[in-house]
Parts: sequence; C-alpha cells; structure tokens
Amino acid sequence: MKLKSIALAAAMSALAIGAHAEGLKVGMITTLSGGGAGLGIDVRDGFMLAMKQSGRDDIEVVIEDDQRKPDIAVQLADKMIQSEKVDVLTGIIWSNLAMAVVPAATAQNKFYLSPNAGPSALAGKRCHKNYFNVAWQNDNLHEAAGAYAKGAGYKNTFILAPNYPAGKDALTGYKRMYGGDLAGETYTKLGQTDYAAEIAQIRASGADSVFFFLPGGMGIAFLKQYADSGVDLPVVGPAFSFDQGILQAVGEAALGVINTSQWNKDIDNAANSAFVDSFQAEYGRLPSLYASQGFDTANLLISAAGKADVKDQDAFRAALEAAEFDSVRGDFAFGPNHHPVQNIYVREVIKEGDVYTNKIVGTALENHADAYAGDCKM
Amino acid sequence: MPTYLIVEQLLNGLQFGVMLFLSAAGLTLIFGVMGLINLAHGSLYMIGAFAAAAVAGATGSFVMALAASLAAAAAAGALVEILVIRRLYDRDHLDQVLATFALILIFSEGTRWMFGSFPLFLDVPSYLSGPVTLPGGIQYPLYRLTIIGIGLAIAAGLFLLIARTRIGIRIRAGEADREMIAALGVDISKLYTLVFALGAALAGLSGALVGAIQSVQVGMGEPVLILAFVVIVIGGIGSIKGALVGSLLVGLTDTFGRILLPVAFGTFMEPSAANSVGAALASMSIYLLMAVVLIVRPTGLYGRA
Repeated sequence: MKLKSIALAAAMSALAIGAHAEGLKVGMITTLSGGGAGLGIDVRDGFMLAMKQSGRDDIEVVIEDDQRKPDIAVQLADKMIQSEKVDVLTGIIWSNLAMAVVPAATAQNKFYLSPNAGPSALAGKRCHKNYFNVAWQNDNLHEAAGAYAKGAGYKNTFILAPNYPAGKDALTGYKRMYGGDLAGETYTKLGQTDYAAEIAQIRASGADSVFFFLPGGMGIAFLKQYADSGVDLPVVGPAFSFDQGILQAVGEAALGVINTSQWNKDIDNAANSAFVDSFQAEYGRLPSLYASQGFDTANLLISAAGKADVKDQDAFRAALEAAEFDSVRGDFAFGPNHHPVQNIYVREVIKEGDVYTNKIVGTALENHADAYAGDCKM
Repeated sequence: MPTYLIVEQLLNGLQFGVMLFLSAAGLTLIFGVMGLINLAHGSLYMIGAFAAAAVAGATGSFVMALAASLAAAAAAGALVEILVIRRLYDRDHLDQVLATFALILIFSEGTRWMFGSFPLFLDVPSYLSGPVTLPGGIQYPLYRLTIIGIGLAIAAGLFLLIARTRIGIRIRAGEADREMIAALGVDISKLYTLVFALGAALAGLSGALVGAIQSVQVGMGEPVLILAFVVIVIGGIGSIKGALVGSLLVGLTDTFGRILLPVAFGTFMEPSAANSVGAALASMSIYLLMAVVLIVRPTGLYGRA
C-alpha cells in the first residue's frame, strides 16, 4: 500500500515535471470555504479576471482552499511546491497563514506575491528577495486612519483589534500616526462575534472617537451592535470592515463611516474603470478591495512573465521590481523591501440607489511607504 | 470600575449566557436522550439564521423571520434525523462524530451554494432597536434585554415541558432506559425525531436571534458549537439545568474575563503588553473554568456519574 502510493507519487511528480517544461505555473492558496471565504473568492475572481483578459494560455493557475487554517495552508504549499512544481505562490488572505507559508516557500526559491496579508515581520527583518506584497504592509491603512484622526482633531480615541499578528500591526500603525491620547486599548479574540463588553467599556471610557480593525464578519457584528448601543462617537477604521462584500450585510449602521483604503471604485484612471466594468460584467457584483488586489497581483505577474522567464530568477525578480503594469490604483511602485509605495485615501460609506458603497473624500497619506523598510536587508 | 459599568457587564454576561443556553439545551437534550454527539448542531444554528435573513428580506417582518428560523431548523433537524442520524444510535461516538462532521461540510457548502459566500443582511427590527434607560441611568440595548427575556422564557418552558408533560415523561424515561420504554409501547423512533427537531429548532431560533446583531454567514455555527460543548461539559452532559447554569457561568466568565484580566495585568505591566496578555488569557478563561469544574466534579455540575 505504502510502496504503491510512493510509486504513484513519483509517477505523478514525473508527470508534473513533464508538463512543467513550458510556461509558468502559479499556485494560489486562498480561503474559499467557511467564514472569511468572501475575501478569498474576491481575490481569486479578481486574479482570474486579469488572467482571462491577458489571453495568455502559457500561465497555469492551480487554486486550493486553505479553509483559513494555517496547518492546511502549509500542507497545500508543500503539495504545490513539491508535487505540482509551481514557480510562484500567491493568494493567502490571513497574516497568520502567511507567516506559516511564506518564509518556507521563499526559502525553497519560489516567488510569493501577496495579494492581501502583509505582516510586519515579512516587511522588516524577515523580508526576502522573492517575496513581493502587492496590497499593502499591514500597518498602512491603519496609519492612514491615525493620520485622518489626527487631522480631524480627535484627542482621545478608544482602539480595538483582534489578538493576532495583523491586529497588533493595526493598533501599532494607528498609534504611529495618531499622536493623541488613548481612552482605551483592547485586543479581542479572533473570530469573536459579541462585542457588548467592549462597547460598554467604550461608553464608560470618555473617548471622543473609536478606531477599530475587525475584518470580515467580526466587523459586521461590531458595527451592528455599536449602532444599536446608543453610543454615537465617530468611528474610523480601515477599509476591511467597510468593504463591498460586507457593507450590504451591515446596512444602515455603516452609513457615513470614515474608512481608509488604497483603492476605491471611483479612483479615476482607465485601468480602474475598465476593471470595475469588466468585473461587474463577469461576476454580476461590484468589485471589492480584495478583488482589486487580486487583479493587480495577476497583472503584475503577467507583466513580469512578458519580460522574463521565471527560470531566470534574477531577471524575473527585476521584472517584478519594475512593476510595469497598469494598476487600478493609478501609479504603483515597490519600495526597497518589495512592499508598495502608494497613496492611501479616506473614504466615506454612502448609498447609491439600493447599494451601500464607498466614495473617496480625501487623501490621508501620499506616496506612503511602510515603517519597516529600513530593517530589511535583502 | 464604576458600579453602573459592572451592572452593564453583568447584563452582557447574562445575555451571552442565555444565548448559549439556547444552543446548548438542544445539544444536551439530544445527547441525554439518544446518546448522540451531534457536531452538526452548529449547522442547524446557521440554517436558522439564514432562513430568518431570507424571510426578513422577503417579508420585512422580524416575527415571521423568527418563525421561519424555528420551522426551517426543525424541518432540517427532522430530515437529518430520519435520513442519517437514525443509523448512528447504535454505533460508537467516533462514528457519530465522523458522520455529523460530514453533515457540517454538506450544510456549509449547501448554504454557500444557495445563498453565496457573502454575509447576508439581518437587522434588529425598528421597534426593538436602540438603547433603553434602566433604573440607575444605565443605557442598555433593548434588543439584548429582549434576548434575555426570550431565553429565560424558553428555559422555563423547557423545564415545564420536561417536568410536567407526557412528552417530558417519555423523554426522561428515554434518558433512563431506552429499551424499556420501547418495550412499554412508546414509539421510540418518533420520540427521537421529535427531540432532535426540538433541539434543532432551539438552535435555529438562537441563530436567528443572534444573527440580527452579528453576521449571518457560512461557518457562523462552529464557534458556537465549541462553546455549547464547553457549556454542556461544565453543566453535566444530558442535564437541562446543567446547561442553564453552565451557560450562565460561561457567559459571565467570558465577559468579566475580557474586561478584568487586562486591568489586572495592567497593575504590574506596561499597558500595551497587559492588554495583549490579558486578552490572550481571557480567551482561555472559559476553558480554565471547564478544567476546574472537571477536576472538582468529573461528571460536570449536574451530571450523573
């Protein structure tokens, strides 16, 4: 039995090597089932839309579902690297999964293009020449929220985030730019759905504003409960809790809330309007921030594949660093640690007809790079 | 910490506990009567929430939505009992866990197939939204008070059902000796379907009530399932009274752990680190409670040895 499966595995990997001789193979590990699947599905759909539009049939994409579990993500990465023989990995949404997969993948000489997670460790001391983040470093949108809060004159903010790497990056990022006092600082459980205790603390804290980072369903729960609690302090947050995928589920509670994002559907450039229209035509819904990141990641990859063969790692890496593609964000460039240097905008939740969405009302940070680039020695 | 904040957190803990009770009651009932470990209980909770969201979206009535959640979860429960669960009573717990875990996957993907991957909208009706002012000047959301009321009413109803009615007698008899009550001419398979549907309906109602203030999405049931298991282990498996006491204990421990532990660590640590350590320990607090209860009473608070 065991011998047979080893023989089978050997035969399969031989086949895989045979098939691998031409073109570029991409392994996408993302969250497609369970809570948080909406994020992975948007990244995948944005990515595959760009693939389809490029018309390149020499790029093969293998997609697998990590179920938001680090152990499964690691297994999938091993499988993709060892038996599928992919050249490039991408797709991970969650920072704890990225921390489990990315260092091992880059150590095995694979490229990793992150369409979402940007943990601080991978931007600083543990950066790698083959790791590129196309979305943001985790702190970025929170830094923008801090800058906005400072500009808006908030002096005493209550801040909360889940207790995991991206949550810590979030509060660090906010504090870096905010500069005022904190009425309270709370870490919640990852996946927590009831925030009554935290809202009571906010009410009692004497805060003049609230900053929260609670992605996905956590944000929906918090906003609904906050709106129902009668606390009416202004709320600021990163785009993750005000994204197209979840705004409809939050409903009126989100209306008018200020949030920060590197992308919105009303950014005025040709690539973006074409993306928004074609995404709607293809999938019948408005694209989210995650979809835009998936789309940009694929276009970056396609641009590099047009210039260099992935087997020539140095040339391919240089082509990625050049980032010569039409980003839906407008100008796009990588900093020295392979993380974006980009504008981060202030958005407000509005209602267009029956649909809740965002519009840009200002720019929080211009050509903003992350704070960890200095620690990165490639 | 001011008194009004403590009272408000007490209410929060109570409300969280009451919600847990609705899920845990069904789970413990099903285990007590049929000896079945039902991992798919969280899926029934999810079905209730989705049914409520769909009906609320179509009719705009919250009462109809709650009724739909009860009906849909009970129907799904009865169907699953007849098609799958019935074959599992005589098998060991590992087979039951395996089969009901498969049901979780089937229900999750089935729900995704029907409703899509994005969270649905379900909101508190306008007549229950917003805060009310309680004696002492505490502002507390009316909806959460309503949940406490509904939960306690259902707890009372369940006690009456089990202690005072004919069905209750059969349920208790079924718990005590399955073969004997079958021999006495009670249609045991009908009783099992009924109990399973009742447990499912409670889970569905709880999903709908909670869905209005949380997010209605695929996978929402699993975190609740874990908490419900903690509750019934603390309370003693099979005991409704244990489920009530256990869920209130878990609700209060979790709520006060979340607010008090960071403060406690803050007395000797730097605030940022204290928050982080306190939060980490707070998420363990209910499991520590469970461990302590199991050390003192290995069968749970009201479990039979």
